[in-house]
Amino acid sequence: MSTLKNQGVTDAEHAGHLLRQMLRVRRLEEKCIELYSAAKIRGFLHVYIGEEAVAAGVMEALAPEDAVVATYREHGHALLRRVSAGAILAEMYGHAEGCCRGRGGSMHLFDAATRFYGGNAIVAGGLPLAVGLALADRMAGRQRVTVCFFGEGAVAEGEFHESMNLAALWQLPVLFCCENNLYAMGTALGRSESQTDIALKAAAYEISAWAVDGMDVLAVEQAAGRAVDAVRSGGGPHFLELRTYRFRAHSMFDPELYREKSEVAQWMERDPISLLQGAMQEAGQLPEEDWAALQADVDAEISTAVGFAENGTPEPVSELSRFVYSDRAEDGGYTGDGGTAERDTRSGKGGAEG
Amino acid sequence: MKTTYREAMRAALRDAMQRDERVFLMGEDVGRYGGSFAVSLGLLEEFGPDRIRDTPLSESGFVGAGIGAALGGMRPVVEIMTVNFSLLALDQIINNAATLLHMSGGQFNVPIVIRMTTGAGRQLGAQHSHSLEGWYAHIPGLRILTPATLADARGMLWTALQDPDPVLIFEHGSLYNMAGDLDDDAGPVDVDKAALLRHADGTGESLTLITYGGTLPLVLAAADQLAEEGIDTDVIDLRTLRPLDTHTILDSVAGTHRAVVVDEGWRSGSISAEIAARICELAFFDLDAPVERVCSLEVPVPYAKHLEEAALPSVGRVMAAARRAVGANG
Repeated sequence: MSTLKNQGVTDAEHAGHLLRQMLRVRRLEEKCIELYSAAKIRGFLHVYIGEEAVAAGVMEALAPEDAVVATYREHGHALLRRVSAGAILAEMYGHAEGCCRGRGGSMHLFDAATRFYGGNAIVAGGLPLAVGLALADRMAGRQRVTVCFFGEGAVAEGEFHESMNLAALWQLPVLFCCENNLYAMGTALGRSESQTDIALKAAAYEISAWAVDGMDVLAVEQAAGRAVDAVRSGGGPHFLELRTYRFRAHSMFDPELYREKSEVAQWMERDPISLLQGAMQEAGQLPEEDWAALQADVDAEISTAVGFAENGTPEPVSELSRFVYSDRAEDGGYTGDGGTAERDTRSGKGGAEG
Repeated sequence: MKTTYREAMRAALRDAMQRDERVFLMGEDVGRYGGSFAVSLGLLEEFGPDRIRDTPLSESGFVGAGIGAALGGMRPVVEIMTVNFSLLALDQIINNAATLLHMSGGQFNVPIVIRMTTGAGRQLGAQHSHSLEGWYAHIPGLRILTPATLADARGMLWTALQDPDPVLIFEHGSLYNMAGDLDDDAGPVDVDKAALLRHADGTGESLTLITYGGTLPLVLAAADQLAEEGIDTDVIDLRTLRPLDTHTILDSVAGTHRAVVVDEGWRSGSISAEIAARICELAFFDLDAPVERVCSLEVPVPYAKHLEEAALPSVGRVMAAARRAVGANG
């Protein structure tokens, strides 16, 4: 059941923050679609429109030192993990100012400064990485949490099951967040899984797991907060199945032959942004002028980001083969040492860990 | 001191664990069982189950976890029982370990070492006997090491652990029992250069024998016998398949004018093909004869001893190729 309906919105300021976060993702991606249509962005572009409450709610529960592993539908996760909209768009432009210097693109956003580990485009391929990041924290005695996002399509992959088992067997500090939007590209959950209760699969590995209304940002935030606290305090891996829906096509090349327009329309009635906005307005917490100001703020942020990307410089071809291997210093030694390279010149952040 | 390849590997692991607390070993049966090839025997008792970490049979899961742990600041050594099993972890090795640094624009390097056995000769059939290190050498972002001597078994691991990027170490199963003398103070070795293990003295017809890993002993045996026939050889142990030390190969071929490449992998699309191509591209006018290759026959490695022997490079086949190369010059 929706916390929006059950509890109302108790903290107007915080609700306003969540509304802003979701709107930032929505506007960024609407702009991405526009830029894609204008051929400024190429490759695959997968938008998160409709699912914003999931990333917005979960990110609230994290501390700066925690780690995030995400999928190829990760613009929102990156943005809400504090990768700038400018660095994200510049990446899609293939510019040197992009968060991966044009080598990753839409599907592979990474950021060492915020411990954002992609941007992984092999379905379920990020889960073992998250297990390993958590293992490193466990072995080093650090109280950090690794959050791993993946879609319900990942549940059919062996890496999902291997990762559940390893995380539970070794009681690792990882939170698995399954973004169940009901379709793995065009394959409905019921057409690909003999057991469609995903939380039950995690529970079979002795992992505390529960399903959450993924269109209700307050419910997501509450569940994620509870789960992250449990993980951080040594409670072992936890699992959230976030029930959500993708309003747009899978990618820019998807004619959506596999689902009815009426189904999409029905889900859009539960648009996570409209739901929160409506609840706040009903509670008298979102005067019209505040809502207008919020939208103007977000539009300004995205507009600035587009300008930043537009004015960037293409990553030089002379740099193409750089970063296949770590740079070597003149004395033959390596310039970086650590899982997080120390040579991120853009953020100026060091990163040798452990 | 007298030692074996297996003991040298174990000494390298013990040394690495003692020198760097971030180093740990993870894989199937590395702990309680003592390692499927007994390389890690006794290390569990010495370092405990956190650092000598038994895993379930989840190659993709634990190799991926190793990559994640490396990203998180550890220095994992992941053991995969055989190269055939590593195919279950190809996604993690190739899509993640080899790509993350570049894809992230230089932000995330992956300092993982993955060890595995490779090769045939023990009648283990097609699913435990293949030599796929040449495949891995195709992949930018990986470093591929093939220790074939006691010194390299002892010395390559620490060097690999100092590398900020992923390193795969291929240990040929037939080498574990190889015994010999190793310096008491043997330690880390350079892995950038191939080794010239035997140098033609210019007294007869000369040629360069190029190999690595499990076929090195038979190539050295063939070189001895060829010398008795008046064929004088340089023997190159490549040691590292990626990046290839092309200079050492070209320097030798410039002196001998003939080359025979010996590779337990299959001929088509192999590392031997790459080496032959480089010689043809870069030293064509040094050659007095076509480059010869001795590879495994293009069949899945069979069980029966006589069939397996017939499928693999042998001293006889190396000598025949060497004689052809020399004879081709008249």
